[in-house]
Amino acid sequence: MTDAAIANPAPAAAKASAVPPGTAETWSTRLKEKLAESGPRIGWTLVSVGLFAGIWELLWAVGLADPKLLPPPHVFLGAFADQAKFFNTATRWSIGLNPADGPTPRQALLITVGATMGRVFSGLLIASVLAVAVGVLIRYFHLFEKLTLPTITLLSPVSPIAWLPVAIFIFGIGNAPAIFMVVIALFFHMVLGTVAQIDGVNRNLINVARTMGATKRQIYLRVIVPAILPGLLMVLRLNMFGAWMVVLIAETTGVGYGLGQVIMLARNTFNPSLVFFCIALIGFLGFASDWVLRMIQKRILYWVPETTGVLRGL
Amino acid sequence: MASETPTPYSSKDSVVCRNVSKVWAAGTRRAHEALRDIDLDISPGEFVVFLGPSGCGKSTLLYLIAGLEPATAGEIWSFRDRVETPSPERSLIFQETSLFPWLNVWQNVTFGHAIRGVPEAERKAIAADALQRVGLAEAINKRPDELSGGMRQRVAVARALSMRPKVLLMDEPFAALDVQTRQKMQDFLLDVWRDSGASVLFVTHSIDEAVALSDRIVVFTARPGRIKTIVTNTLPRPRNLFSRESEALRIHLTDLLRDEVDRAFAEQEGLVPAA
Repeated sequence: MTDAAIANPAPAAAKASAVPPGTAETWSTRLKEKLAESGPRIGWTLVSVGLFAGIWELLWAVGLADPKLLPPPHVFLGAFADQAKFFNTATRWSIGLNPADGPTPRQALLITVGATMGRVFSGLLIASVLAVAVGVLIRYFHLFEKLTLPTITLLSPVSPIAWLPVAIFIFGIGNAPAIFMVVIALFFHMVLGTVAQIDGVNRNLINVARTMGATKRQIYLRVIVPAILPGLLMVLRLNMFGAWMVVLIAETTGVGYGLGQVIMLARNTFNPSLVFFCIALIGFLGFASDWVLRMIQKRILYWVPETTGVLRGL
Repeated sequence: MASETPTPYSSKDSVVCRNVSKVWAAGTRRAHEALRDIDLDISPGEFVVFLGPSGCGKSTLLYLIAGLEPATAGEIWSFRDRVETPSPERSLIFQETSLFPWLNVWQNVTFGHAIRGVPEAERKAIAADALQRVGLAEAINKRPDELSGGMRQRVAVARALSMRPKVLLMDEPFAALDVQTRQKMQDFLLDVWRDSGASVLFVTHSIDEAVALSDRIVVFTARPGRIKTIVTNTLPRPRNLFSRESEALRIHLTDLLRDEVDRAFAEQEGLVPAA
């Protein structure tokens, strides 16, 4: 590639100026471009899910999947109106309260989803802020590393289940132990992830900053932190799934509203339709949150090249 | 950083190395000697090429002179200062692109000014000036991933020059470029060198590059790197690289290097123990 070819951005500029901005045509063309860009991906997502659901339905149709144990999608999704009332987990046990009082089933569903998502994201936020700070401090202060890293490594294989009684001992019941569970389950891994990201920073970038007279603090703030951002966002995305897994365990303790409560209820009342409905709901919410994080990643990490095209060419 | 004690050597020399040795991972089982007893004096404004087989420690010497790594033994001085830490007076340019991908071109060029708190308007002016000198005035607002390899290296040179260094250290800066771009970059570098008045220490394993650029060529032995000989390149500038004299110099350098490359190969194949 010659310098001249690279320096000439003419094709992109010509395309942009072909249609005057602000007209109806730009909107429709832009929408078309967007659809052409993301349409196939959305289509394939539907095909993938449809294939899975189709096999399940087929197994039901030929009598291999017992609808009492493994109700196929049309059963557990079709029963939604009937199932929604079970999401009212906070008030249904209250003595002396008319079951018709409190939120309607649909409101209860929304409250439940909102409560669980709130725990997932507040836990994720607290865990990532703490973990990145501790990870950076570990590499910044050698003494801090010696004092903390062995303990952090020691605690990171501990299952969240083991922390459950601890959460209840310390925080009782409610939102606090659930969020604590999410934080404790993610924190140690995220610290180790941050340290690994710092160790992977290109030495040349650090050396350039050093030859320009940057102090240790400046190197950390201006080189290392931006350099590890792409990796950290990846760590965040993976741990977001982890947070969704942990939050259900955490919610089996008394938290009022929460998907974990609904699943416990479904288990205790032998209601497989409700279980699968919750699983579908969690899958959808996790997928949507991942999509949001990917969009954020594209926005703030504009310099990270896309490599999937290369792999597809293999 | 800058030691105030008077230097025992000529304070006019831009780089002085005395008995410099470097052992990597010293004191461990993996210890290996990269450099042994390097003595070198480089004058201000001189263009010196370090030539040697791969792994001979020529890049290591550059890192030591930059102050990025401490020498195991010996002393390195630059003008009045003992080299112990990196300094903006000695800018280093790497083979691989070393631009910060999250900054645009002008922010990259003035990184050294940003950390000193120079205001943005002033930094933009500095960047515009430095980019003008490397012929990239148009690219001031571009991002590194929008540039070709040659352009990125020119931005790296502009970044180094914007610090007004007295010594420009270059570690195989054009090795990753194609042959045509590389020749262009050599011409460009000679222009920049003349304008800036800085000494250039240029590491390469390309004999052509050494002949085209150098005032003097320091030829290294295979591991551990020692100075085999220093060849003065008296070819008049601008250089005719097809002349009989430059051909003779190339042949001379090839002969000097052949033994070392053979030895390096033999060592890698385990035929002779490392010296």
